Amino acid sequence: MEIHDPVAQRILLISALYVFALAAFLGYQVISRVPPLLHTPLMSATNAISGISLVGSIVMAGGNYPKVCTILGFIAVVCSTTNVVGGFVITDRMLRMFKRKDIAKKD
Amino acid sequence: MFQFYFIEFSYLLASICFILGLKGMSHPETAKRGMHLAEFGMLLAIIGTLMHHEIASYTWILIGLAVGSLVGLAMGVWVPMTAMPQRTALSHAFGAFAAALVGISEFYRFGGHLETRFLMGALGFEVMLGALTTTGSLLAFAKLQGLVRGTPMTYKGQNIFNMLLLAATIGIFVYLIVVPGSMPLFFTMVGLAFVFGLLLVMPIGSADMPVVMSLLNSYAGLASAATGFVLSNKVLIIAGTLDGFSGFILSILMCRAMNRSMTNVLFGAFGSAASVTAGAEQHGAMREVGLEDIATQLAYANKVVFVPGYGLATAQAQHVVRELADVLEKRGVTVKYGIHPVAGRMPGHMNVLLAEANVPYSSLYELEQINPEFPTTDVAVVIGANDVVNPDARDNPGSPIAGMPILEVDRSRSVVVLKRGQGKGFSGLENPLFFKPVTGMLYGDAKDTLTRLVQAVQHA
Repeated sequence: MEIHDPVAQRILLISALYVFALAAFLGYQVISRVPPLLHTPLMSATNAISGISLVGSIVMAGGNYPKVCTILGFIAVVCSTTNVVGGFVITDRMLRMFKRKDIAKKD
Repeated sequence: MFQFYFIEFSYLLASICFILGLKGMSHPETAKRGMHLAEFGMLLAIIGTLMHHEIASYTWILIGLAVGSLVGLAMGVWVPMTAMPQRTALSHAFGAFAAALVGISEFYRFGGHLETRFLMGALGFEVMLGALTTTGSLLAFAKLQGLVRGTPMTYKGQNIFNMLLLAATIGIFVYLIVVPGSMPLFFTMVGLAFVFGLLLVMPIGSADMPVVMSLLNSYAGLASAATGFVLSNKVLIIAGTLDGFSGFILSILMCRAMNRSMTNVLFGAFGSAASVTAGAEQHGAMREVGLEDIATQLAYANKVVFVPGYGLATAQAQHVVRELADVLEKRGVTVKYGIHPVAGRMPGHMNVLLAEANVPYSSLYELEQINPEFPTTDVAVVIGANDVVNPDARDNPGSPIAGMPILEVDRSRSVVVLKRGQGKGFSGLENPLFFKPVTGMLYGDAKDTLTRLVQAVQHA
């Protein structure tokens, strides 16, 4: 939904800043609780999650825009999808390896 | 209207799933469920986006999704755990590149005249951060993969040159906000940002990679968040900010684990020839010990602590370490692992490797937990680690790594160091640990040495 009314745009901008600030605080709280043990999976997980920029790329690749935009959007879709799929697959793979003592001994 | 609400609610749900997913990361037992939730959120957001009213054709979208999924799946399944730092660097590059491309095409679509100055500002941030993270991550990937030398690349006036380039880039950025519309200037700015990314990572040595990886992680996330501002898309802002802050926190933790400031890591070109002279010359000789002696010591010990470093990853020795630990535990020896936060090439690198080799996570100890245990440890086995066990950091205020928290293996009754050769570590520093009377050196490929140790312990 494109909004062209300047007042509405200002409101949108301010609410976006609120979201940013709150997400920053939340991020700090959530991330600082992750133990060093899981720092590598954390990095690949946040990587996969930030592949959400896919939602921007999809609209760019499929919208009725100049050819250049479609091409750039397409490349962006490929890049972000690689990150999303690869990131989640690897994170799952890593997390499956972290085993409790009783389970690890059985293998 | 239904379509609008459907999309917006899918984004809202996705945001909640992402936050809960990351919250699950606080413990290995809840992490898996958390990730499944995040995956579900991602799926929702993608389905929601596909309903967007501006989409006119699905051809390129579907091809892109298919190609990306295939590449991602292939990478996800086949990349070995030892190559995790490279893989992560590459994915930072992909994420940042995608953000930069969306920004560029958004600018192009409006012919350089975005609706507000603020939007132009956000777009500039998105494109600059995206571009410099892309090339920076690619260079980090090349260094980690061994395509480029891992030592810092420096030249005279490097910092001044970089600063000037950064100033020029930001100058154009500010000009574009004040006087919008110039296509050539915009593309110059993008080009400069691409170059700046390379220059930023060039002077940074392999040993500092954990900081750089975290920092690039942070930039890639912030680029995504900026995209969210440009497209006024909240889920993008939330996910990007979470990613950005995660990387930022990790880079602070890594810096703290080396007792160095961010500026020092970024501009200090640590490990280059200039910084090495400060170490005092060592007297005495390193004591090489026999494999059989060590095997006996290990076999009759009460407590053994393994201290892995990057050498463990290069030698792919994680499985053999576990075998040795198994043999020892069968004899009643208590085995623990001491993990330094910056051991390896990315945060948590060693934990993942050992977990891969089926070491239970309850045996992996952090620096603060394991240090009090060294005085009661019979044998500390250092495998391919160097700077993280260098007692100079604690004892010699003149050392370049003075004040860096170390694993105090020299307090244990006996230390064995597995090392490829007599050369110095990545930082080029002399390590007095190797000259201490308690220390015995075992030269050779770590995997090979450990395999022979396993056999020797079995016969002891």
